[in-house]
Amino acid sequence: MLNWLLEPLTYSFMRTGLAAATLVGITCAVLGAYVVLRRMAFIGDALSHTVLPGLVVAYLNGWSLFGGAIVAGLLTALGIGWVSRRGTVREDTAIGVLFTAMFAFGILLMSRVGSFRDLSHILFGNILGVRPADLWLIAVIAVSVLLTLFLLHKELELSSYDPIYAEVIGLKADRMRLVLLVLLAFTVVTCIQVVGVILTSALLVTPAAAAALLTNRLPRLMLLASVIAVGSALVGLYASYYVNVASGAAIVLCCTACFGCAWLARTLRSH
Amino acid sequence: MFRFLYSQRRHHAALVGAPALHIEDVTVSYPGTTQPALDAVSLCIPAGVRVALVGANGSGKSTLLKAVAGLIQPKTGRMSIYGLPIGACHHRVAYLPQRGEVDWRFPITVERLVLAGRYVHHGWLRRPGPSDRALVIAVLDQLGLADLVRRQIGALSGGQQQRALLARALVQEADLLLLDEPLSAVDAASRQIIATTLDQLRRQGKTALVATHHLDRLADEFDRVIELHDGTLCYSGGQNR
Repeated sequence: MLNWLLEPLTYSFMRTGLAAATLVGITCAVLGAYVVLRRMAFIGDALSHTVLPGLVVAYLNGWSLFGGAIVAGLLTALGIGWVSRRGTVREDTAIGVLFTAMFAFGILLMSRVGSFRDLSHILFGNILGVRPADLWLIAVIAVSVLLTLFLLHKELELSSYDPIYAEVIGLKADRMRLVLLVLLAFTVVTCIQVVGVILTSALLVTPAAAAALLTNRLPRLMLLASVIAVGSALVGLYASYYVNVASGAAIVLCCTACFGCAWLARTLRSH
Repeated sequence: MFRFLYSQRRHHAALVGAPALHIEDVTVSYPGTTQPALDAVSLCIPAGVRVALVGANGSGKSTLLKAVAGLIQPKTGRMSIYGLPIGACHHRVAYLPQRGEVDWRFPITVERLVLAGRYVHHGWLRRPGPSDRALVIAVLDQLGLADLVRRQIGALSGGQQQRALLARALVQEADLLLLDEPLSAVDAASRQIIATTLDQLRRQGKTALVATHHLDRLADEFDRVIELHDGTLCYSGGQNR
């Protein structure tokens, strides 16, 4: 059994993948707690899709894929806030319009590449393809996001459950939301390497949603969601190695299985 | 030690002799409506009184409280709190929202919710310490919630939730309390506790402006009544109309 577990780790690409999966899993889970509790699942999904044109433009010009994705993600986050700022267009409508437009633009650019296969790892992720340089960038982003969440914990928490009181004491709730969107844009970019554009929102939403069914304390929810996300990432990684299946899909399905178990446990407990 | 307050504003001292609240010709309109929610309202509330703000639904009670709390910008007019402009000193004003404006499903305890009343004194980066927690426990005890400190906020009854919000306003140690419908859908015990607390605040020289639909005990629970009708002030004076 021990050999079975250790054998994949003799390869450096597996060790790098494992480290990336752990970092991304924890970041997504902790940030995902706010995404779920503030009902921002749709925007999380949208942001992950809207980085596509940034990735493709960067790929076509030989620029940093991370850089391209972050620029596109930040532009979308700010664009959604700008379009819906006066309430003329509802925020979910603004998200729906911008998200599909950006994704369509990305596909349009992809069709010019000639072969979709070149960019399939963007759509579906390739955790075993993470290079040491990527890992460093993922680590810097993960630590920065987690540190920001730690330092702003009380403000993010208050503006999540009582934005009006937050405003009264001088804490601008819309700026806190913008901070979350920017953190989300950075996190999504690291996540794409692991599960791809299409499945990124699953890592943000499913572990936190499962944990929310099991506890009613925020720090415990974040911890539990991290355990679920990292555990699922490990299972996905080993499944990819031993059974030769797509790692991203395996990770997401493992998260979904955890959610199913949590839902069952909650249902049984409430009876 | 530096403090990075949320609005970058320092704690100012109140102007000596200034009324708790002075409103002059204030008009508030919501976007997309022609009828103003508050129409040229003027009033002056001295420090240390309990004021009931009455009127039918839509008369402008919540709008007035929100304007004083700095949540809504008036179209015209001037307002001052203890002689200072709105927003000049956030710790001096505590606002208790209607219960429906809080997400009660959020996974935090009663203690954590009440502790948020201390945030205005700390600002960014600094966290509440043992003295803040001790104050929270003392206030929760005073409001009969000592046994519910560790409970998730959604597990409280309506009256208990209202008392928890009042506890948060109290730990803020504000001088002017703006309470939006604190008595709606609360049990008799909660109502009694809230009334006793308002009386204690008055004796401490604090001022409370309370929007309420409960007209049965105005004389016992308040020193003054202000009535709004369609956004205009139609009565302001003693509680025995």
